[in-house]
Amino acid sequence: MSQASAVVFQILQSVLVVLIAPLVLGWVNQCRAWLQNRSGPGIWQPYRVIKKLFHKDAVLAHNASPLFWATPYILFGCMWLAVGIVPVLATSLPFAPAADVIALVGLFALARVFISLAGMDIGTSFGTLGARREMMIGFLAEPAMLMTLFTASLISHSTSLVTIVDTLGHREFVIYPSMAFAAVAFVMVLLAENARIPIDNPATHLELTMIHEAMILEYSARHLALIEWAASLKLTAYITIGIALFVPWGIAQAGDWSGLLVSLGALVVKLALAGAGLAFLETVSAKMRIFRAPEFLGTAFLFATLGMLVHFLLEA
Amino acid sequence: MDLALFRPVEAAVTISVLWLGLGGAALALTRAPRAVTGWLYPVGAVVALALALIGFWVMSAPASSAVLPAGLPDLPFHVRLDALSGFFLLLLGGVSFGISLAAAGYFRGSETQSSGLICLQYHVFLASMAFVLIADDAYLFMVAWESMALSSYFLVTAEHHSEQNRRAGFLYLLVAHLGAISILLCFGVLHGGLGDYTFDALRRAELSAFWASVAFALAFFGFGAKAGMLPLHVWLPEAHPAAPSPVSALMSGVMLKTAIYGMVRVIFDLIGDIRWEWGLTVLLFGAATSLFGVLFALMQHDLKRLLAYHSVENIGIILIGIGLSMVFFGSGHPAAGALALIAGLYHTLNHAVFKALLFLGAGAILKSTGLRNLNEMGGLIRYMPHTALYFLIGALAISALPPLNGFVSEWLTFQASLQAPLLDNSVLRSLVPIVAAVLALSGALTGMCFVKVYGVAFLGQHRHEFISDPRPASPWERAGMFWLALACFALGLLPVFMVGELNNVTRALTGAGLPEQAMASGWLWLVPTSAAQASYGPIIFLLVIVAVFAATFLVVRLIYHGRLRRADPWDCGFPAQTSRMEDTADGFGQPIRHIFAPVYLIHREIPRPEDPRPVFRQEVEDRHWYWMYQPVARFVEFLSGHFGRLQQGRISVYLLYSFLTLIALLVFAQ
Repeated sequence: MSQASAVVFQILQSVLVVLIAPLVLGWVNQCRAWLQNRSGPGIWQPYRVIKKLFHKDAVLAHNASPLFWATPYILFGCMWLAVGIVPVLATSLPFAPAADVIALVGLFALARVFISLAGMDIGTSFGTLGARREMMIGFLAEPAMLMTLFTASLISHSTSLVTIVDTLGHREFVIYPSMAFAAVAFVMVLLAENARIPIDNPATHLELTMIHEAMILEYSARHLALIEWAASLKLTAYITIGIALFVPWGIAQAGDWSGLLVSLGALVVKLALAGAGLAFLETVSAKMRIFRAPEFLGTAFLFATLGMLVHFLLEA
Repeated sequence: MDLALFRPVEAAVTISVLWLGLGGAALALTRAPRAVTGWLYPVGAVVALALALIGFWVMSAPASSAVLPAGLPDLPFHVRLDALSGFFLLLLGGVSFGISLAAAGYFRGSETQSSGLICLQYHVFLASMAFVLIADDAYLFMVAWESMALSSYFLVTAEHHSEQNRRAGFLYLLVAHLGAISILLCFGVLHGGLGDYTFDALRRAELSAFWASVAFALAFFGFGAKAGMLPLHVWLPEAHPAAPSPVSALMSGVMLKTAIYGMVRVIFDLIGDIRWEWGLTVLLFGAATSLFGVLFALMQHDLKRLLAYHSVENIGIILIGIGLSMVFFGSGHPAAGALALIAGLYHTLNHAVFKALLFLGAGAILKSTGLRNLNEMGGLIRYMPHTALYFLIGALAISALPPLNGFVSEWLTFQASLQAPLLDNSVLRSLVPIVAAVLALSGALTGMCFVKVYGVAFLGQHRHEFISDPRPASPWERAGMFWLALACFALGLLPVFMVGELNNVTRALTGAGLPEQAMASGWLWLVPTSAAQASYGPIIFLLVIVAVFAATFLVVRLIYHGRLRRADPWDCGFPAQTSRMEDTADGFGQPIRHIFAPVYLIHREIPRPEDPRPVFRQEVEDRHWYWMYQPVARFVEFLSGHFGRLQQGRISVYLLYSFLTLIALLVFAQ
């Protein structure tokens, strides 16, 4: 594998994922509309929203500090970095050693802290409310996420996503009970971290339900566009981390041009299935009260811990 | 400096004596307080920097020792400088450089007669910490340890007009002495009846398993009391905020680390033969301390008290690293043990840097606004932009966010706990990841706490009507904070260098280090075991985020436009926005109070519905006072009450006591 083609793969993957991220969101929304017997706006709707927002004039509150307008760019940078590191299309990318899964969790935490600070910057009641709830979900989700990653890393003795993909992707299909537990926990954390039902409802602007939307109420135009884009990138990044951890089959080696097509096809199928599954989960469950969130994420933590114990008892 | 003429140990002693000399000069200059603040602190800072350089040099040099011409006749002071001492001297020197710079600005403009005395205590405090680190016998160690406690006591009670500060100082002195007695007993156990108290003799003494465990327990209790470990933490949130801010920075940033030094020195070096049960003890205490510390930090609205509780939390994280290391060493996995020890020591340095930075930030706020209560601050980023930037760096670092330094050491601790499958004991094997999950929880809670601090203090609308706009921090204070913020970046972005140095330290201390392939991956990638297992490249993080930031910023302007309008906040169209509608610090902690209710002792006063001026009052207290400290205090009072009966006040009774004692002694002497 030459260095140059690895770099080409890196650029290809980063650009591709950034471009298709709104499509993933559009697909989830469209599936949800179908499941709810609506015709839906079509899968291209997020692109139209982002384009519209970029055209508008930005409005900033009088007392907004530089932190407020810098945050959307930082958020976008964090998410772009995340999808550059996760082996979406290929392993052994030049950026891949920059972070293992734990460092990726740290990266998401960085983005979360910035968006919460921005929510508090203007000093409105909704902004602080959203920031408080977002940080609460964050601290509940992080231990569960870490435990999930621990369990998922036990089989390949590594937290590097590349090694996990290589170990799991190149051996015959075996069902590990510990991985099943970890996967359930991971899905629960994914729902919470991406502000989906049952923790948050991305479709409402009601003070009783909203977390993410409350923080970004003050944003407009290009800043809001970047935040929306970053949110769809975060969802895509989480789904692709899940794919790398639990169903890594099909991901190519960097520089392997023939494997690229297979990898691309596998990615499209997996993303489509994951999106449809997400829409299904959101349709069959109801939004929880905010103080039920500890129980929900506590269950995720329990599942991950059970997975670890199962691994030590049955698989070691 | 001519290296052949000066051995590092002599240089270190000279520098510590220089600090004492500065203290003496301060005493001589009490009538010229402006000269004290303007000259002595900056000179002390330069001295500190020299000490840091010596420490850095020693970390990869062979140990050197000397006997000082001081002490009692036939009992001279022994000093020795090895890699471990070197690392802690680097910490002491590097951090106190920034603090001393800021102190020059902090004390300026409010000089009184006592400025000279504070400067004296400050430099005696620094010098005694240096002597703790280079002492090579129990005698000098205890002398330095006690003068450290005493000089810091006087600094805590510097503002002794307030009743609260005097109480805090007394509590501090009490716990410090309980700890000191325990350490003294530990040395007594360690020396094994040989009559020689040099560390060399203590190292050589053969102890049975029981006595070794006793020595461990005494050292753990004694140093734990100084470090602020649960349940001996109660003095810390009282004493640290009471002192002037640079001293708080010094106490939280550096003094707590001398306790970590003592723990590592005694357990890894003097006792040596580590058992995993000890490690488990340290690990569990560490996990409890870190979680407890952050949960109480979230309940605070006094900024300095909040930071003090975070020191408790970070000591817990350091103890998790050290405990893991002891578990691995005790069960025969020295490579994993070395990794955990490196993680613990790295966090020790990191915490010193960012906690000092945060305390200096709190000091700058206090000096320019007079406020310590978060609920009265707000919008300070508009008045103190530099302080706001440095404080943000410190807040991100303490919240363990990449690419800053706090994340590196927490990540290394996670990597160390991922080595758990190596362990043979199945209970330990599943317990270690759960402790790591506790660490993740307290890390995320720290993030929440600092969103609260930063959001309430620096962002939003201001809640306090200032008579005149708060002034930005003075250049000296900014220089001190800049230095520490720079260190946060350097330690975060180039961790490989420091991990390499720490690898030398663990090799010199325990004989074990990281595997070869870990250190062979180049300066860009931090690799704890092997590149296939895990790696982390913070520079990539920073570069990509900055590049995407800049590219997006430009591309959006090129393709679309950069038009901007200023308007009133939107807030769903609600017109009358006042600062009373924002979350206060206490409001922000409400979910925590709800979720972790059993941890706290909450007193609430809820107003009646017909009350025309309703006031809602709530106070959160530490349960430890009630189940641990007050029973002990009552018992001591009970005992002293009964002993008091011996004191009759009549000379004849006292003569009778002497007579009876003499008789008893004669009987026993038979």
